[in-house]
Amino acid sequence: MEERVLMKGNEAIAEAAIRAGCRHYFGYPITPQTEIAAYMAKKMPKIGGVFLQAESEIASINMVYGAAAAGMRVMTSSSSPGISLKTEGLSYIAGSDVPAFVVNVQRGGPGLGGIQPSQSDYFQATKGGGHGDYRMIVLAPASVQEMASLTIKGFNLADKYLMTAMILADGTIGQMMEPISFEDAEIENYDKPWALTGTNCERKHNIVNSLYLKPEELEVKNFERYERYKIVEENEPMWEEYMMEDAEYCVVAFGIASRVAKNAVVAAREEGIKVGLIRPITLWPFPKKPLLAAADKVKGFISVELNMGQMIEDIKLATQCKKPVSLCNRTGGMIPSPDQVLESIRNAAKGVF
Amino acid sequence: MKTTQILIAGFGGQGILFAGKFLAYKGLVEDKQVSWLPSYGPEMRGGTANCSIILSDTPVGSPIITNPDVLVAMNLPSLMKYVDAVVPGGKIIVDSTLIAEKVERTDVEVFYVPASAMAKEAGFTTLANMVLMGKLIKETGAVSFDNNQATFEKFIPAKKAGLIEQNCKALQAGHDF
Repeated sequence: MEERVLMKGNEAIAEAAIRAGCRHYFGYPITPQTEIAAYMAKKMPKIGGVFLQAESEIASINMVYGAAAAGMRVMTSSSSPGISLKTEGLSYIAGSDVPAFVVNVQRGGPGLGGIQPSQSDYFQATKGGGHGDYRMIVLAPASVQEMASLTIKGFNLADKYLMTAMILADGTIGQMMEPISFEDAEIENYDKPWALTGTNCERKHNIVNSLYLKPEELEVKNFERYERYKIVEENEPMWEEYMMEDAEYCVVAFGIASRVAKNAVVAAREEGIKVGLIRPITLWPFPKKPLLAAADKVKGFISVELNMGQMIEDIKLATQCKKPVSLCNRTGGMIPSPDQVLESIRNAAKGVF
Repeated sequence: MKTTQILIAGFGGQGILFAGKFLAYKGLVEDKQVSWLPSYGPEMRGGTANCSIILSDTPVGSPIITNPDVLVAMNLPSLMKYVDAVVPGGKIIVDSTLIAEKVERTDVEVFYVPASAMAKEAGFTTLANMVLMGKLIKETGAVSFDNNQATFEKFIPAKKAGLIEQNCKALQAGHDF
């Protein structure tokens, strides 16, 4: 293992992407993720890579589409309003079945919103955002170390399943520094016979396209894509369980909210309340299995989110509404305090959801 | 098992984030668990700035500090804003050149350090922040006072290495106060 270094979450993403073999970055600056672009601007020219600040978010996502179609490991990064602009491209990338890596360091919304941390793009990331039947793999880091490890994982998953992998982080994890160590990146290599690399007049030319005017053909494409998604849902859910062995109540939280929730779980345990935490690491595929299993054990769930209650819908679906789910939230760039979460846990212990 | 939650607050430009970075790197050098969380956004451009540092022997939970063990205040608005958040028995370090007011709470330990005046007299006007860090280390023991030079070398780029000596002197001045 390499020596521990202190890094901002945003910088950790950029360094990890380079280690994962990414040599093409296209972006447009926006707070609170600009350090990613700054890091790439500094490093890419030195290692023969491309850093390009496009004229807009829409241009940058289409550059990603182009490089991905050529079989390159490519990425872009932005924050909430910028991701909204990129969703058209994300839909085209999905419709063309090419792999891409996208980072959303969320800030408060809707609209131009604010610049403080938020998780209010959960729906956008996990349910679509752009038009059409498609999914993205959504990874939710809760530490600077995970900003790096999930970046490497994201590039691998994108190539493996020919789809977009998105890091859904927030301003806190992006801006904070923690010690991390870069282990050797496990880069998985996948053949890309579909890539537009030039035929040398030796093979039939490849076509990357999302236009299917015959509905029969488009339907087949969508069916095929969802067969692939089924495999992702089967094989790739990731989550962490904390103090769940004897838990009577279960807090569910991801990203920065899970860090706050962990403090509250520890405090509640000191008061004798048997509470645990399930932290989804992949938001899509959502870790349905451990939640459904927990639903048979616990008396209820508490969803802690930095939004008006978005993941709570997936918790209810995953647990088949077997047990009540309460919401503990702040929004607009505010973060719940451990005391607020603790109060929700105390209420749950009193049967108040 | 020890955890120290430190909040440093003042105006943008006073080196609030830099002081926090120093503590975070001290923690790194001493093999502690560390988090460093800056305020970011419009307040950095001339308004208030603050920085939360957690140094711990165990993994850091939330990096957001609600109730600091130690508050370093470099202007009056910051002192007013955070004075009541400090845990009972906690420590407050005040730059008394910039803040004339006294802390009314009696359940905290307060150290008044004329850091800005000391820095000016010693010829390193911009290093009041590091004078206060010297005092912080002495009074809290959150990190050791050894290896300061090596710590600076970890995050001050080589072309600015000339600045390290003065930073060390400022730390020493605060430590000796």
